[in-house]
Amino acid sequence: MITFLASVGAIFLAFLAATGRLFLFAARAILAGLTPPYYPRLVLREIVNIGYFSLPVVGLTALFTGMVLALQSYSGFSRFNAESAIATVVVLSMTRELGPVIAGLMVAGRVGAAMAAEIGTMRVTDQIDALATLSTDPLRYLVLPRLVAGLLTLPALVLVADVIGVFGGYLVSTYKLGFEPVAYLTHTRQFLETMDVVDGLIKAAVFGFIVALMGCYHGYNSRGGAEGVGQSTTYAVVSASILILVFDYLLTAALFD
Amino acid sequence: MNGAATPKIAVRGVEKSFGAKRVLDGVDIDCAAGESLVIIGGSGTGKSVLVKCILGLLRPEAGSIRIDGMETVGLGGAARAALMHKFGMLFQGGALFDSLRVWENVAFGLIQGRGMERGKARTIAIEKLAAVGLGPEVGMLRPAQLSGGMQKRVALARAIAAEPEIIFFDEPTTGLDPIMADVINRLIVKCVRELGATAISITHDMTSAKKIADRIAMLHQGRIVWHGPTADIDHSGNPFVDQFVHGRADGPIQMEVRAA
Repeated sequence: MITFLASVGAIFLAFLAATGRLFLFAARAILAGLTPPYYPRLVLREIVNIGYFSLPVVGLTALFTGMVLALQSYSGFSRFNAESAIATVVVLSMTRELGPVIAGLMVAGRVGAAMAAEIGTMRVTDQIDALATLSTDPLRYLVLPRLVAGLLTLPALVLVADVIGVFGGYLVSTYKLGFEPVAYLTHTRQFLETMDVVDGLIKAAVFGFIVALMGCYHGYNSRGGAEGVGQSTTYAVVSASILILVFDYLLTAALFD
Repeated sequence: MNGAATPKIAVRGVEKSFGAKRVLDGVDIDCAAGESLVIIGGSGTGKSVLVKCILGLLRPEAGSIRIDGMETVGLGGAARAALMHKFGMLFQGGALFDSLRVWENVAFGLIQGRGMERGKARTIAIEKLAAVGLGPEVGMLRPAQLSGGMQKRVALARAIAAEPEIIFFDEPTTGLDPIMADVINRLIVKCVRELGATAISITHDMTSAKKIADRIAMLHQGRIVWHGPTADIDHSGNPFVDQFVHGRADGPIQMEVRAA
């Protein structure tokens, strides 16, 4: 029994230590941004990497999510003659929940993994130490631009995903389920409030920060060679995905109550 | 303390462990201004760790590291940033930035570290590439397009670009053929002399050590077991040095066949 409790305690302490290290890493990177030099070109490069190059995968996922949502809602709502609610369900689900979560998960897989691999490779080939010897703070140069870009870019990406997802629902509803286009669009707008979209964008900003933070943190702390980099890439994607779902619940509880 | 007698680098009682493994166990060594000190020792004896401690990339658990008489252990913020301006470093694998062109690698410390205008930094980078025997056309290539020897030369050009007071060379000839290794050794001697810099090199290549060192120190089991002028290395009277210099399997140094 004591052995079991000791094991649980050790796991809990290890969790607290890991959380502390992550928090300190983020705090040091953010504090580095309070004083010059700043690297706006690197932020722009990361915005293009995260935003522009993720558009196809996020757009395609959002399109099919909106289409499936319309189909599923129809099969459920038609049982009690509530088909007219489909447009509202699609738009609210996309803006408040599915847009941010799906975009966050897709970006975690595409961008978080790439960040961890790039920074991890730099770590194991001494490039991060080289930055320090060249009077350049690695946190300020490598991590902060990615955190800022993640924070700013995912909301824009989610806005596009929202529109595409709603369009997917519109396509299925009008061409397959026989809805009147004007009526569908009217219902889409009728119950949508500005705060539904804004709260979704707040979620997206948090998710973007999480993806960039986990990619940078695991890459920065890579050890060993190729195996270590591969491992940190896996950790970056898995931890970002889990944190996105955890924070999705916490933010939903905080924003939509 | 008399300024002229103050060593450029003074290391005293430095200890560093990784988990249960004690890598540095009370290292004491001085390096005078303008001197070229080479630290020899087998793989895994802590040579790179010692250099990283002096550079401030690793923090020792105990001991003192003074640069120009100033204590540097625990130094942070602006003081650490100012200290880093004194250093240049050639890493074992080059550690060139893949995403940048060669001239941008060489000019990196000037542009990002010292805020120099890109055009001026590029001119200096081309000059430094010429100093290590590379033409301006190489400046436009990516590191991945270069051979191992050329990468070492670019890394050397980057290490000297900001004309540092202290330059560290980590295994500068590892992985190179003997001719290219000799080219790098000569470049190191030439660059260090021209800059009037203090140099600390770590290597297990005795040919390289004899060519670039004014003084040699041997690190074994986390301690300096011998140091003296390069001319004395072949008759040091130290059994550790003798075994290492002559590359004998038998002797007081027992190689670890398993990682600790």
